[in-house]
Parts: sequence; structure tokens; C-alpha cells
Amino acid sequence: MRLINRRPTRIALVALMLIPFLLSLLAYAAGSAARRADNPADRLLPAPAQILATARALVTEADQRSGEILFWSDTKASLTRLATGLTIAAAIGLAFGLLIGLIPYAGATLAAFVSVLSMIPPLAVLPILFIVFGLGETSKVALIVIGTAPFLVRDLAQRVAEIPAELIVKAQTLGATTAVIVLRVALPQIMPRLVQALRLAIGPAWLFLIAAEAIASENGLGYRIFLVRRYLAMDVILTYVLWITLLAFLFDLGLRILARRLYPWAGAAAR
Amino acid sequence: MSYVTVRGIFQSYGPRPILERVSLDVARGEFVSIVGASGCGKSTFLRLLLAQEQPARGEIRIDGAPPAREPNQARGIVFQQYSVFPHLTCRDNLVAAESFGTTRLGSFFGARRAKARQRAMAVLDRIGLASVAAAYPAALSGGMRQRLAIAQALAARPRILLLDEPFGALDPGTRLSMHDFLLDLRREVGMTVFMVTHDLEEAFKLGDRVLVFDKPRWDPDFPEAYGATITYDFDARNGGVPYQTIKEDTHVLDPAPEPVASPR
Repeated sequence: MRLINRRPTRIALVALMLIPFLLSLLAYAAGSAARRADNPADRLLPAPAQILATARALVTEADQRSGEILFWSDTKASLTRLATGLTIAAAIGLAFGLLIGLIPYAGATLAAFVSVLSMIPPLAVLPILFIVFGLGETSKVALIVIGTAPFLVRDLAQRVAEIPAELIVKAQTLGATTAVIVLRVALPQIMPRLVQALRLAIGPAWLFLIAAEAIASENGLGYRIFLVRRYLAMDVILTYVLWITLLAFLFDLGLRILARRLYPWAGAAAR
Repeated sequence: MSYVTVRGIFQSYGPRPILERVSLDVARGEFVSIVGASGCGKSTFLRLLLAQEQPARGEIRIDGAPPAREPNQARGIVFQQYSVFPHLTCRDNLVAAESFGTTRLGSFFGARRAKARQRAMAVLDRIGLASVAAAYPAALSGGMRQRLAIAQALAARPRILLLDEPFGALDPGTRLSMHDFLLDLRREVGMTVFMVTHDLEEAFKLGDRVLVFDKPRWDPDFPEAYGATITYDFDARNGGVPYQTIKEDTHVLDPAPEPVASPR
């Protein structure tokens, strides 16, 4: 039988999926054990048990100075920034995507401009954002918006343009005005696409968030990682990295489930 | 009396002529089938009727109204596919046919919505789709989807109904039942219909008239030099056998009236 036609059974699927995870864990444990055999005080690859102990302390013990559990206040600060940034970017993406994709005059005016905008490396304008908006929340949210909105606009404009012309014509023969076509035909049809685009945008959004927090911030997951880097606190860094990964994974899963619930008609397209 | 008047239509895409000198008069309530080889301008003609594109020359009037510059409520359309809104349930597709043209935001609210839903359910019941009222079009079979599309187009009360190969993607059995559906519906509403089809049998079965689009002039070295026009205009009533309809009131039992010069 050809390799392309061989399919793993259900049990094999789970086993195969777990293999790379277990191998990475094993590799880490082995590396850590080897280093600590040489130097028991090694800080680079702390033992898994130590990471777990640190993680437990991080999520339960309050900071002596502020009385807060820093892990959770960092998470809250970061997620607030991320959610604000992505919400604004999604709104911009929807508004301009619909305009560019549906209205030829708007497309002629904006399409080229947006594609040039999306070429600007967002991190290169971060200093400008700090200068303009100061070091507060605004500049961090603005970086996420600037980093993800052009992609969302372009992607959604493309999706709007891909709506079959037949449907737009049909709506016109039913007497729909431009506003009705936007609200009742185009907008609902690109909502599942927006969710999909957001799933893709979450990766870059985290990148910009952590970059902004690393450079100028007083709290946040990215800030904490870069702060404890000075003390070579690998156990803290690894805990935060795993936590960020888990959050990103949950976001993705949540959006996927949301799309399936809200837009059952989209079928395979939303999955 | 001519209901749809087509006068001297020329249409070309760039330097390539598609249609030339197309003129046509269609009476109210006539069912016009349009056939022709691929690339002979049938679909272009339908798009012109739909006002989705503008002719290079000539004009099309429906019921004497000035030529339309964009698709409007006077024209109902059913395409081969993508004819119903995938994000709306069957019932809401019919409600949309009413609400899109009559409200600012395209939605009904309150009592008006409830009434529109009731009407939609009544229509679904009549076209045999009541059991799938809450389903999305993706869950329907091709035939059901086209029935919904036709009902939706009619729900907006157009002056003419345009069908662009509406049954082209259906299997033969479904196609036959769709013919019955369309014939029944026509008997009820007496709509003026234009149908583009590839199927000659279907064209003669459903149509009162069958128009054939073809190129009257043909340059073997440059096949694209000339556009197409209506080369035949068949009377398809009475099973396609012409001279069966006696138009004047004859008071003589015998002999049979002289055949008129033209089938019309």
C-alpha cells in the first residue's frame, strides 16, 4: 500500500500526536539531568520538579511589596492589552475590508495604501508610538493594532471580493441598497472569515505585545519574562512561556468553537 | 402589446463583438427559452436583461420603463448556483426577499417580522420545503435549493423572471420534477420568464417561444470577428407544432383558415 493511503487508527492517532511532546520533555529532562550532574547549582536547565515548584509558588504566592499575585496580575494586564488591540484591529479590519472589497471607489482609493501600510515592520514604528503615545497602555495597544489591522483589512477585503457576484446581484434584484447589502449579505458572510483571520493574527499579536512589554512596561507577561532574565531565572521564564503557549492555544480553540457555534452555515470554511 | 422591448442591442467585450443587432418584443406572460452554442451570447443577453451590464448600443425596456442602469426589483434572477444566501435559513431567505427592498437596514422587527415569517412558511409549505424551513441551504439538495431560489425571486414580485441555466447542475430526475414545479408555478402567477438553457428539449417543453442565438456571419479565419444575434424564433406552444393557435374568431366552420405568414 502506498504511504499516502495508509491511515493511523484512532489509538495510533493519539499516540502519534503525543510522541513529539513526550520526546521534547524527555530531551529536556535528560539535558537538565546531565547539566546538573556536572554542576548541581546549574541555572540554565532547571529540573522539571523545580519548574513545577516555581510554577506553584508563582500562581499562589502574593508579592510581598504589592500584595498581589504577580502571575495573575501580569496575565490580566497582558490579556487586557491583547483583547483591546485585537478588538480594535478587528473593527478596523471589518470596516475597511467591507469598504475596499465591496465599493470600487473605496477600493481604488485605499487598496494600494493599505498594502503599502502592511509592509511597514510594526516594531520599527514602536519608538514612534512610545514618543507619540507615551509609555502607557496606549502605545502597547497601538502596536498590536498597527501590527495586525493591515493584515485583517487585506484578508477581509479579499474575502468580501470572493463573495460570489451572483449573491450580490441577487440582493440587488430583491431591492437591497448598498447599506442593506453590506449589513445583510457581506457582513454576515465574512464573520466566519474574521474569526479565522483573528486566529491567524493572534500569533503576531502576542509577538507585538511581548515586544512592547519587554521594552517599556510595569507589568505584563512579557515584562516579567524580560525582567527575570537578568537573574537567569529560567524556571520563571519557562513557566511564563508555557502559560503564554497555553493561553494562545485556548484562544485558538475558543475562536474555533465560537465560529462553529455562531456560524453553523459556514460548514468546512469555518473550521 | 410588447411588455419587454429590446431594440438594436450591440455588445462587445473590448474589441470582441458578442451580440449584434438584437431586437425582440415579448408579450406579458410569455415564457421565452434562449438556446445556443457556448459563447454565443445567451448569458450576455441575460445579463443585459438583468441590467448587470450595459449594452454598447441599443436599449431594453420593461413595461415602458426607462432602461435600467443596475439590477433592480423589476427583475428576478435565478442562477445555476449561488442563488440563495448561504448564511440564512430557508425561511429567512424568503423573509429577506421581502425585507431587503422595503426597509432601510434590510431587516423586519416585531409584528412585521412575525407576519413575514408566516408568509414565508406558507410559501415553503406550498413548494414542499416546510420540513427544512430552519435548515441552511448547504443542507439542501440541488433541486430543493433551486426551488427555494425561484420562490425567493418571486417573493420580491419582479416584473420578469430570469433563469440562467437553473437546472443545469441537477440530475435528470430532479430536472423533470423541477419542470413540473416551474410549470405549476407559472400557471399560478403567469410571470414573464426568460430562461437560458443548454437543453433543447427543456427549452421547447417549458417555453412559449424558443430563441436561438447564433452568429449569422462567420469568418473561418477569424471566428471572433462577428457577434451573435437571434437567428431563429420558434413558436414552441402546442408542443412546438406551429399554426395551431387560431387567433381570429372564425365564423366559418370549414374550410380551415389560411395559415398566416408568420407564426406570431
